[in-house]
Amino acid sequence: MTIATAPATAPRPPGSEDAAIRTEDLRKTYKSGRGDVEAVRGIDLDIPQGEFFGLLGPNGAGKSTTIGMLTTLVMPTSGRAWVAGHDVTKAPVAVKRRIGVVTQNNTLDMELTVTENLEFRSRFFGLPKRTASSRAGQLIEAFGLGDRRNAMADKLSGGQARRLLIARALVHQPDVLFLDEPTAGLDPQTRVNLWDILRVLHGQGQTILLTTHYMEEAEALCDRIAIVDHGKVLAEGTVDELKNDADAVTVVTVRFEQPVPAGFAQRTGLSGRPGVTKVEAEGDQLRVFSSEPEGLLGELLALAAADGLHVRDASTLNPSLETVFLTLTGREYRE
Amino acid sequence: MTTTIQPADIGSAAGDSVAVSVASLITDAPVPHPTLVKTFAAMMAREFRVLRRTAGSTFVRAVMQPLLFAFVFAYVLPKIGSGFSLGPSSATARAAAPGGINFSTILVPGLMASMFLMQGMFGTTIPLVSELSWQRTIEDRALAPIPISVFAVQKITAGAVQAFIGALIVFPIVAFVHAPGQAPSIHVTNWFLFALIMVSASTVTATLGLLLGTAVDPRKIQVLFAVVLLPATMLGCVYYPWAALHSIRWLQILVLINPMVYMSEGLRAVLTPSLPHMPLWAVLLALVGGTIVFGSLAVRTFRNRVIN
Repeated sequence: MTIATAPATAPRPPGSEDAAIRTEDLRKTYKSGRGDVEAVRGIDLDIPQGEFFGLLGPNGAGKSTTIGMLTTLVMPTSGRAWVAGHDVTKAPVAVKRRIGVVTQNNTLDMELTVTENLEFRSRFFGLPKRTASSRAGQLIEAFGLGDRRNAMADKLSGGQARRLLIARALVHQPDVLFLDEPTAGLDPQTRVNLWDILRVLHGQGQTILLTTHYMEEAEALCDRIAIVDHGKVLAEGTVDELKNDADAVTVVTVRFEQPVPAGFAQRTGLSGRPGVTKVEAEGDQLRVFSSEPEGLLGELLALAAADGLHVRDASTLNPSLETVFLTLTGREYRE
Repeated sequence: MTTTIQPADIGSAAGDSVAVSVASLITDAPVPHPTLVKTFAAMMAREFRVLRRTAGSTFVRAVMQPLLFAFVFAYVLPKIGSGFSLGPSSATARAAAPGGINFSTILVPGLMASMFLMQGMFGTTIPLVSELSWQRTIEDRALAPIPISVFAVQKITAGAVQAFIGALIVFPIVAFVHAPGQAPSIHVTNWFLFALIMVSASTVTATLGLLLGTAVDPRKIQVLFAVVLLPATMLGCVYYPWAALHSIRWLQILVLINPMVYMSEGLRAVLTPSLPHMPLWAVLLALVGGTIVFGSLAVRTFRNRVIN
């Protein structure tokens, strides 16, 4: 798939002729009576064509605002962004022609049937009536909505609505497909089916930007991931790179009946144990980050017992995006 | 760049067939060539499809008001006694037209004006309430490849079409619903001016509908109807010509802020020119000027509501 070339006068981002998405210090601050909210605080992305890119972060991290800015529905406060070679604020119509968007909310046209939702979207993008109709039929079959073709859009189940939203985003062969939390609120089976569809699209060369707060979703689908929190990118790379950057640590967490005594880690020599990169004590909770986790939990329990501490519970997290998030933010990942 | 994650267990047969057909969606897709005109036309086609689907309820909503008005004022009141001296049949009519013009003749332009306002506002304001609610279904069409300002103009056009049709419905109703001898005496003397008034009255109500629908919190729309629609209708020179208000001078001046006054008076000028009416230039200035002023404000407020 090729990106349509922009007119010679259009501002081109330097050095990224073939980037599908590129941002420079992109920011968004929402003004309100109760003070300003900095939703996005300087995001830089460079996503080549054909890549399946994931923005991963907890709710409220700024993912939807970022997608909003890239899809022209949110006006950036500062910074710049290009999608398919076009500036999102200076040439929003050119951008809209080249993108397909699956919004987080169900934004189907509730006044229309399933078929009409697809037909009219096709016609909005300039397909003649007859072509629009055959394209709608093709999409309905492909997305398994055949028995719902004449149903009103507001009568669909959550999974059907999501499939229709994706089908609708594809009517005009977009250069870039945006998916904002596409599987939130779906049952596991429907979710796996959607993953299959997205994998096939990606296999056909479709550039995809997906936001998700499900770590396993990002891990299962994306070529590259940016971990986002509080409006900033904390880390970016392939899943393997991210794990290696964070030194592939295992995190052992122990909760005690009482607060962790001050200096516990130093006194017991825990910080000096081979492989231990960090020890954090917070309230009744002790967290040990280690690249050599064998026997660590047992040792930890023995040390605690020797110090007169009573253990309430303990857990081990193997190297994963979750431990990466924990290492980067010092906080547990909340979905 | 390498893909590090292998597609995991893509399981079922159903999944496979979906996958194959999805793949062909990209390879076999028709290439779109959107233009401003094509997109605009397609969006209007969408409005007509919705209008056609809801034709029954829209028709009932549009017909009830003029039907009841015509029934009460052109049938019931004339029937229940010639000596009945309620405003319309006596004082106003005499002030308006000494030559014995019946009340239905005075009422037709006023009824049409109230239809403009009601249908024009229903056509733009009511859809916005759900489109701008938390699901924000407006994003569906905001992503169509046209500027948001053109999208706003499309919404105004759709509302204006509804207002236009609503006003036309008045004609057959008043032609049939009246007591014997009470048929309204109306005829179009200048079709061009008639069309101009009809179109500008339709657009001014639709721009007003878009402005109010985007400037007001959707949850307070009910209040809007109470404080805008009702006073505008009651004080819109529906039941009497504006000239008849001369005995209440302050009110005659106050009602000049009401766009409906110009619609009623403009229609009187082209439908019942023998009745007193405002000069056409004043009417057209107000209706066309109102469309431009409310329209440019509405495009701005609409844009602010669609783009965060």
